[in-house]
Amino acid sequence: MGTFSKAMTAQNGFSVIGKPFPKPDAVSKVTGRAVYADDMLPARTLHCRILRSPHPHARILSVDTSAARRMPGVQAVITGVDLPIKFGILPVTQDERALEHEKVRYVGDPIAAVAAIDEEIAAAACDAISVEYEVLEPVMSIDEALAETKDERIQDYGGPNNIHKLVALEFGDVDAGFERADHVREDVFFFQGNTHLPMEQHSAIATFVDGRVTLWSSTQVVHYVHRALAKVLELPMNRIRVIGAAHGGGFGGKTDPFAHEIIVCKLAMLTGRPVKCTLTREEVFYAHRGRHPVLMWVRTGVTKDGHITAMHFKTALDGGAYGSYGVASTFYTGALQTVTYDIPAYRFEGCRVFTNKPPCGPKRGHGTPQPRFALELHLEKIADDIGIDSVDLKQRNFVKPMTRTVNWLRITSCGLDECTERVLTASGYRTRQKRRGRGMGFAISSYMSGAGTAIYWNDMPHSEVQIKVDRGGVTAYCGAMDIGQGSDSVLAAIVAEELGLQPRDIRLVTADTDTTPIDLGSYSSRVTFMAGNAALQAARKMRDMLVEAVAAKTGSPGDTVTVAAGRIGDLSFEEASILAEARFGTLTSAGSYTPPKIAGPYKGSGVGPSPAYSYSACVVDLDADPRTGIVKVNKVWIAHDVGRAINPLLVEGQVEGSVYMGLGEALMEEQAFRKGLHKWPSMLEYKSPTFMDMPEVETFIVETVDPEGPYGAKEAGQGPLLPVIPAVSSAVFDALGVWIDEVPVTPEKIVEALRRKEKGEAPRFGPVRFPSIPYPTCIKVEPPPRTLEVGSASAASI
Amino acid sequence: MCVCTESYARRIVRDEMARDVDRQVVVLNVNGERAELLIPVHKTLLEVLREDMQLTGTKHGCELGECGTCTVLVDGKPELSCLVLPVQIEGRAITTIEGMANGSDLHPLQQAFVELGAAQCGYCSPGILLAAKSLLESNGAPSRDEIREALAGNLCRCTGYSKILDAVELASDRTRRSSPLAGEVAGETRRNQSRRSSPLAGEVAGEARRSQSRRSSPLAGEVARRADGDVQ
Repeated sequence: MGTFSKAMTAQNGFSVIGKPFPKPDAVSKVTGRAVYADDMLPARTLHCRILRSPHPHARILSVDTSAARRMPGVQAVITGVDLPIKFGILPVTQDERALEHEKVRYVGDPIAAVAAIDEEIAAAACDAISVEYEVLEPVMSIDEALAETKDERIQDYGGPNNIHKLVALEFGDVDAGFERADHVREDVFFFQGNTHLPMEQHSAIATFVDGRVTLWSSTQVVHYVHRALAKVLELPMNRIRVIGAAHGGGFGGKTDPFAHEIIVCKLAMLTGRPVKCTLTREEVFYAHRGRHPVLMWVRTGVTKDGHITAMHFKTALDGGAYGSYGVASTFYTGALQTVTYDIPAYRFEGCRVFTNKPPCGPKRGHGTPQPRFALELHLEKIADDIGIDSVDLKQRNFVKPMTRTVNWLRITSCGLDECTERVLTASGYRTRQKRRGRGMGFAISSYMSGAGTAIYWNDMPHSEVQIKVDRGGVTAYCGAMDIGQGSDSVLAAIVAEELGLQPRDIRLVTADTDTTPIDLGSYSSRVTFMAGNAALQAARKMRDMLVEAVAAKTGSPGDTVTVAAGRIGDLSFEEASILAEARFGTLTSAGSYTPPKIAGPYKGSGVGPSPAYSYSACVVDLDADPRTGIVKVNKVWIAHDVGRAINPLLVEGQVEGSVYMGLGEALMEEQAFRKGLHKWPSMLEYKSPTFMDMPEVETFIVETVDPEGPYGAKEAGQGPLLPVIPAVSSAVFDALGVWIDEVPVTPEKIVEALRRKEKGEAPRFGPVRFPSIPYPTCIKVEPPPRTLEVGSASAASI
Repeated sequence: MCVCTESYARRIVRDEMARDVDRQVVVLNVNGERAELLIPVHKTLLEVLREDMQLTGTKHGCELGECGTCTVLVDGKPELSCLVLPVQIEGRAITTIEGMANGSDLHPLQQAFVELGAAQCGYCSPGILLAAKSLLESNGAPSRDEIREALAGNLCRCTGYSKILDAVELASDRTRRSSPLAGEVAGETRRNQSRRSSPLAGEVAGEARRSQSRRSSPLAGEVARRADGDVQ
């Protein structure tokens, strides 16, 4: 699209893009005026509480709600028979009910719900409901899930015993690759589960007026909630409206449709009154959908100069009680290893099991931080084996731009080399002083800028934007949900850039299924890339209309009319918009984005393809006390290839937030259970980094200008978390000479590893075996041509 | 009178009396305004602010005193409103986030949070802003470590804390430069300053940022232009 060059006005060619500016909602957030779901309290609101299972695994024999119904102030009580239709985020795993009436599968599974005039009455009414259970033997670990079931399986679908999903894929000739290798190494790693811990507890409030349901919710994906409501409530989608309220933090934890969202709608329909449900913090820990605990086995062959010849990667995911995003999570544990390192032959076997714990799902980096942790440490160990510097070994295997991986993933822009150089130089990694107790670790990673395929099969665009111009005012409509990451800011910046305005001139209407066109939601790091491209297209169409109207009026050729600094040619934006409205009628334009069809020709190829990958590199400097095992992180250097920073202030914010969350996962966060009960379901006991724990972070934004991103932009919200975790463990090795092959890296594990080292045992802490899993025979996939043909990545923006 | 025509409020009171809920009239001073409320004695300040006074700017993350999200100021000192009963603080000055700006003029801390992107999802921001306000009023020139310590009880999951620290430093710099003590303070290196409580601290923090220096903000130019209304 050639019009782009004409918008160039300032030094970097842009008047808005690349400049820091505050988020459109920043003032409302610092003054307490942003309205989050729990802040809403319309007249006559009823409060909802949910009765949840105290057992990890049990049959429900009976539910008696009669005493609860008689309590003063109780307006409605519902159970599973009122909401029998199953739902779930993935079409292949529709295995959840808003309220269970046959069986409970984890402590916290919802059974009944009460709407009452206040929360205390609702809670008391829940206590008055009596449920008869037949307690079943719970399945609490990967090993137990793989073994023959004692009572009955948790779900009635999936593989043998309590296996949910098995995957086996082979790209290229792996056996030949291992034969060609000069050195082959195997390692086993474990990544413990952890949770999102958003500051805002999930909350939803529904009304039922004129036969229409309206739900305000703290969700990341209004569209998927809309679909689930239509299915379970048996209403056409046009009688349901889902609005994303101001959002108090997601990190992936609010990307499933949740029971409480369906329940408040049903209760509003029954009572005719607004009904609100806000989960307690304890309930949030049980709602979960967080990081899967993953056990990993990896075998890699290398030549003596460190080039990878083949890799075999096996994973076992502890999925919890329901499917959630689990099928996708399973594929993700094997998909992106090839996106950073050139692996000529690759075999991946993945397995997800059901256990009687809260369901796991997507958390920042969805399914990829676990294998990234394993892969980076594994390569460090290989480098040590063959006597090559680990950074050299990694760099020798870096992927190149404009290539295709062995598993058919298309790599366009790639800033791995520059990211690596930036952090190595700034940290002085190569010249660091070796001293016991002090160490540095280096790691790299990559992440997707949005999944190339939708969650449910359809041919529609993944994001759409409409623009309305009316007497000088510009409004952009988009289904994208700003969860604090700043997606509204991206939309405003792009529309402003194209129309020669400033971001604050753009009014935004977002995340409302009645008034905005579709966007699939804030997950998979997709919004900047996809909604951004849709906004770009819509804005350029609007710009063309304004220019044409001005050119016609002034008699000058359209290509001489400049759009900049609030003016279209010689006219003000407002004058131009009036001319254009007179010429064309109502001024609206629309843009949409559909990812290119780039998935490989094999079953399961839908997970992993993305229109672009971001790249990151990280160095962590820390002190590790050999006596106590206590780790203090001194500083983190991180470089992130974001393609183009649309708003560098927000990119920095995403990178710093990712580093923070990565450090929390690396050092302390753990979602662990004892007899089905969460060990630490509170913000005090579930350790997360405070102001005191957070080191200084030096951030480098690397711009590679992706050929298909809006102005070249890629994602920033998830990728920078990934390298932090292995870099921490590598730094501990650098400091103390012991490998902690298990996340989190706690003082106890470090001390134990040091003790083993002193006794002459293997100087490590981590799993020693990988279980026998009945993976099917690998589907053999012929690798694609490894270089991209010229012109196959279309220049969407320039 | 049949139940269906009975007023909603009357019915709540009737139902609560049936449950033996003790109610008490409480007089609270919130953001300089006097409010007289009839509330159940066990209701927390957090609940009363949000539900009875519609001051929903005060958020909650745990309701157990663990996360700092519900922080408000009582006589200028941070308190967790989820652990305070209104009867305990009758007559004392309560400040919530709604009382932090001076009309439409943002407090220097709020302004700095906006400019530096220190609020992402914004849910922890009210509590952190109030805790930081209390800090700056007792220590006009805190070191970065002193800021960390003062805010250690407030969790944030989005920002990684970096931009929050930057914003508190920026607000502190601006406030001091616009204060009558500016000359004296400007000569010192802020990082090396020992903690000291300026007698003027309260007054200084309350001042509008008229003559502030904007040089430490990357947005300084743009924000200044906006304030002057010359965008476009």
